[in-house]
Amino acid sequence: MCLGVPGKIIEVTEKNGLRMAQVDFGGIVREACLEYLPEANVGDYTVIHVGFAISLLSEEEAKASLEMLQEIIDLEDELGIGYSTEKIK
Amino acid sequence: MKYVTEYRDAELVRGVIDEIARTITRPWTLMEICGGQTHAIVRHGIDQLLPPEIELVHGPGCPVCVTPLEQIDRALAIAAKPDVIFCSYGDMLRVPGSTVDLFSIRAAGGDVRVIYTPLDAVRIARDNPDKQVVFFAIGFETTAPANVMSVIQAKNLGLKNYSILVSHVCVPPATHAILGSPDNRVQGFLLAGHVCAVMGYWEYSPIAEQYGIPMSVTGFEPLDIVQGILANVQQLEAGKTDVVNAYPRAVTFDGNKPAQKMIDKVFVACDRKWRGIGTIPSSGWELRPEFDEFNAEKRFDVGEITTEESPLCIAGEILRGLKKPNDCVAFGNECNPEHPLGATMVSTEGACAAYYKYGRGVEL
Ligand code: SF4
Repeated sequence: MCLGVPGKIIEVTEKNGLRMAQVDFGGIVREACLEYLPEANVGDYTVIHVGFAISLLSEEEAKASLEMLQEIIDLEDELGIGYSTEKIK
Repeated sequence: MKYVTEYRDAELVRGVIDEIARTITRPWTLMEICGGQTHAIVRHGIDQLLPPEIELVHGPGCPVCVTPLEQIDRALAIAAKPDVIFCSYGDMLRVPGSTVDLFSIRAAGGDVRVIYTPLDAVRIARDNPDKQVVFFAIGFETTAPANVMSVIQAKNLGLKNYSILVSHVCVPPATHAILGSPDNRVQGFLLAGHVCAVMGYWEYSPIAEQYGIPMSVTGFEPLDIVQGILANVQQLEAGKTDVVNAYPRAVTFDGNKPAQKMIDKVFVACDRKWRGIGTIPSSGWELRPEFDEFNAEKRFDVGEITTEESPLCIAGEILRGLKKPNDCVAFGNECNPEHPLGATMVSTEGACAAYYKYGRGVEL
């Protein structure tokens, strides 16, 4: 119940005076309320909690994080050091 | 799917764990506050992949687990009333009250319905004008925006048969309670990413400073979690006490302002009792007096409530990071998901449920 799930907005509608959306969670489509994300639109990714979109996922930030982590790993490979390699299959 | 698969990449996770191992020089105890993170950690075995210097303890961030027994018993008493349709998130159904649970109220003929979103409860109220519809509004800051919107929606629709039984709790006062306790062991916090998505993370800087510990806003995928741990370890090793955002794709410093505004319109801070932990000042929300007509506690008189907790259950100590589920003598014996003694064994975010589900019966 408390866990937020990321999904993609595929349609924006209105229902009983509330801004609603159809959200695609990797193949499963469910309705969610967009009242708290007035700027959200079709094509955006958002985190949904109990039927409410609470935060937009930033593609820019996602890319930046992944790149930063990739850099750490590249450096590691270069230096030939690794701690957990034998622990993960 | 986008924003999910990349954050489960084993190669990247391994790389970050290597970096943690390279950075760490001595033992540190970190707490992940959120029960969703506890499950992710145990499920992916992240705790077992980390260097042995790191101990992860599990925090109180499971709303089902900390909802006080009085409030569960009150919910049971209301749900048993003949003209009531009682709506709840599914996790609450098996949570043991003093005597029964919501599930058995339903089996005995009570109209107890599991809903996905509180807007469903409003719809049920509109479709059943001759019934009283009560929604069990529990949760941390993450469910509050949804729960308060149901009240606004019911008000806008002019519904007279909708009310909510509120048992809301907030994370920052809980971190205070844990860090301020004389037996505290926590040296760094992984903050619950989605709580911060709603509220921002500005509230935590004074707490981090006061207790001299670092915190990192942390997401829920394996890569997010190890990234949050790395941020903590880097700071601990450098003697720093900042609040770092290790989940920037979903969380901003200020959080979701429209949601905060709506919460503030409907809820006001109150002292709240946490199951197994006790009362924490200003640690919860209740309905503002303007919304009394939607307050189930005011609408239904259930008489005096006397509670009885299982004497075996040590969930309170687990939720404060003092013990692990497998320290409990009842774990897997008298207490299991079929016959739970405490809420932490039934909630999908409960630490005991995670240990049970992923086979952490005995310490390796
Ligand atoms: S195993 Fe059961 S009895 Fe023991 S602490 Fe967990 S919920 Fe309570």
